[in-house]
Amino acid sequence: MSSNKKLIEINHLKQYFPAHSGGFKKKYIKAVDDVSFFINKGETLGLVGESGCGKTTTGRSLLRLYEPTSGEIIYDGKTIFNKEKKIAVDMLPYRKKMQIVFQDPYASLDPRMTVGDIVGEAIDIHKLASSKKDRQDRIIEMLRRVGLNSEHANRYPHEFSGGQRQRVGIARALAVNPEFIVCDEPISALDVSIQAQVINMFEDLQKELGLTYLFIAHDLSIVKHISDRIGVMYLGRLVELADSYELIDHSLHPYTKSLISAIPVADPRIARTNKRIVLEGDVPSPLNPPSGCTFRTRCPYATEECANKVPEFKEVEPGHYVACHNLDKVN
Amino acid sequence: MEKYLVDIKNERLSFFTPAGEVKALNDVSIHIKQGEVLGIVGESGSGKSVTAYSLMGLTAHPGKLMGGSLNFDGHQIESMTEQQMRKIRGNEISIIFQDPMTSLNPVYTIGNQIMEVIRLHTNKTKAEAKARAKELLELVGINEPEKRLKQYPHELSGGMRQRIMIAIALACEPKLLIADEPTTALDVTIQAQILELMMELKEKLNMAIIMITHDLGVVASMCDKIAVMYAGRIIEYGTTDEIFYETKHEYTKGLLRSIPRLDAAKHERLVPIEGAPVDLLNPPEGCAFAPRCDACMKICLKKVPPQTTLSETHYSHCWLIQKEMSEGGNRHE
Repeated sequence: MSSNKKLIEINHLKQYFPAHSGGFKKKYIKAVDDVSFFINKGETLGLVGESGCGKTTTGRSLLRLYEPTSGEIIYDGKTIFNKEKKIAVDMLPYRKKMQIVFQDPYASLDPRMTVGDIVGEAIDIHKLASSKKDRQDRIIEMLRRVGLNSEHANRYPHEFSGGQRQRVGIARALAVNPEFIVCDEPISALDVSIQAQVINMFEDLQKELGLTYLFIAHDLSIVKHISDRIGVMYLGRLVELADSYELIDHSLHPYTKSLISAIPVADPRIARTNKRIVLEGDVPSPLNPPSGCTFRTRCPYATEECANKVPEFKEVEPGHYVACHNLDKVN
Repeated sequence: MEKYLVDIKNERLSFFTPAGEVKALNDVSIHIKQGEVLGIVGESGSGKSVTAYSLMGLTAHPGKLMGGSLNFDGHQIESMTEQQMRKIRGNEISIIFQDPMTSLNPVYTIGNQIMEVIRLHTNKTKAEAKARAKELLELVGINEPEKRLKQYPHELSGGMRQRIMIAIALACEPKLLIADEPTTALDVTIQAQILELMMELKEKLNMAIIMITHDLGVVASMCDKIAVMYAGRIIEYGTTDEIFYETKHEYTKGLLRSIPRLDAAKHERLVPIEGAPVDLLNPPEGCAFAPRCDACMKICLKKVPPQTTLSETHYSHCWLIQKEMSEGGNRHE
């Protein structure tokens, strides 16, 4: 289980993308706006939110696949990025420790490489194999670990089903013996009966190898199943973060509440009596986010204060963070 | 004799691909009454969409209907010409597709696309059609309908586009609405809005709905009856309560076990269905689910299981159930 040592920590991370608006004034899409959290060693942090809320960007920025606009990233006690202090270390040694599994197993594997080469590429880059045979052995071990076998190494991605491809993607991430893996919606493209297989594999690997995960998904019930703690994002900001049971049973933020009630429950008796909190309207465009609290345009409790001031993301109970002005009124 | 709006009997449908015949549907029977909601659940490739599309006469080449009868409100679909079919399609049966991003035409305005349906099926004038289009947008809960009529699909969000699709589908007040994964491409909060809207409109217009989905949560809250499909067959069919609480088929049980629940205990392990979905080009000889089934018996590998009737509304295709029933209803495990 998780010890209380922070493996990765991000502070006030911002990731803005320039948008071409045609005018003189440069506009930015604030994909991630002032997000702070940490993940302990051996822990799984789930990140949920609707499309366009910045969960994937957060995952990629903290791996520095994008160069963050500002903020700080600390990995295992060492600052690997700090805009203000102008620290930006060479990532190559860290790539061996931090890996990612992508959402779409159809698009994230090179169709012209064999599965063996896809997994072996990382071994080559980091010069982990001492000989050709060692390389081959490592590849086969990785494939075994994810439930494939040695004969699969010579095949091409198109010969595999979606679930198997995702296993290849996981084998590729594992090939360098990482400590930390960002799982970016790794099961949303899979069939229901296959999803459970992959989820169980993630859990087994974590136990065996002591991995730490950032698990990004939009399906709250899956995130709750796999995570120790969950963060909820809305329009680039973290609105609530807590222990996963605490978050589901005692959510404080109105957005989290509506998100939980919107999940269709696979139990007709509960579904019939459940009262859904249906939110009005759509998520506003990130190019023109509302002032103050970004959720206020859909929030039934919004007041004037919400329009004027960005709510602070603060700890209201031990380990339970929330950003809302009207907590008393909501609860 | 009850009167069904939709009555499909023993439908068989195959796709003749270069690699061989794919039997997409085998002996599929479905009946739906007016105002009823039927959910069809299954994995990709299990035949849920093909069943619904064939009812609209949308079986594309190289697909071919191999047998059975499809009756919709007195029309015998399988023997109708394309010309006759066009009068029904979009008028009496409508469909909402999965992806609202690609199913609207990007070069026509919203108004244009809604009015097209109205003008095609009724003899309303342009002005009347426009008034009706505005009415429809209000019905599906779109604000500023006047302005939206002039907008193009790219100017609207995903949830809004799906509402437009529903407006188009409802333009002629169909008797049957086919919803093919209508909320899969949408976010949870928007999904809740759309499902609520569909149920509201169902009550208002008293239409029947076929809800195709892989999300058991969606069917639990919406449907009266559920058909579970696997490899081109309905393997279990019953009322929503029967499917969820008196689950008989091993595949249905597996599906229900494999989804994580919000109220589950901490770190409870998921029970996945092992193996991969069947390859329909080379289906197994007996029960298609047998290679993945925990309770597989010898006979399962050899013969396709017959239908076992469990109640007036509930049936299943499984040798295990068949055996239990024939042993005098001794229903111990």
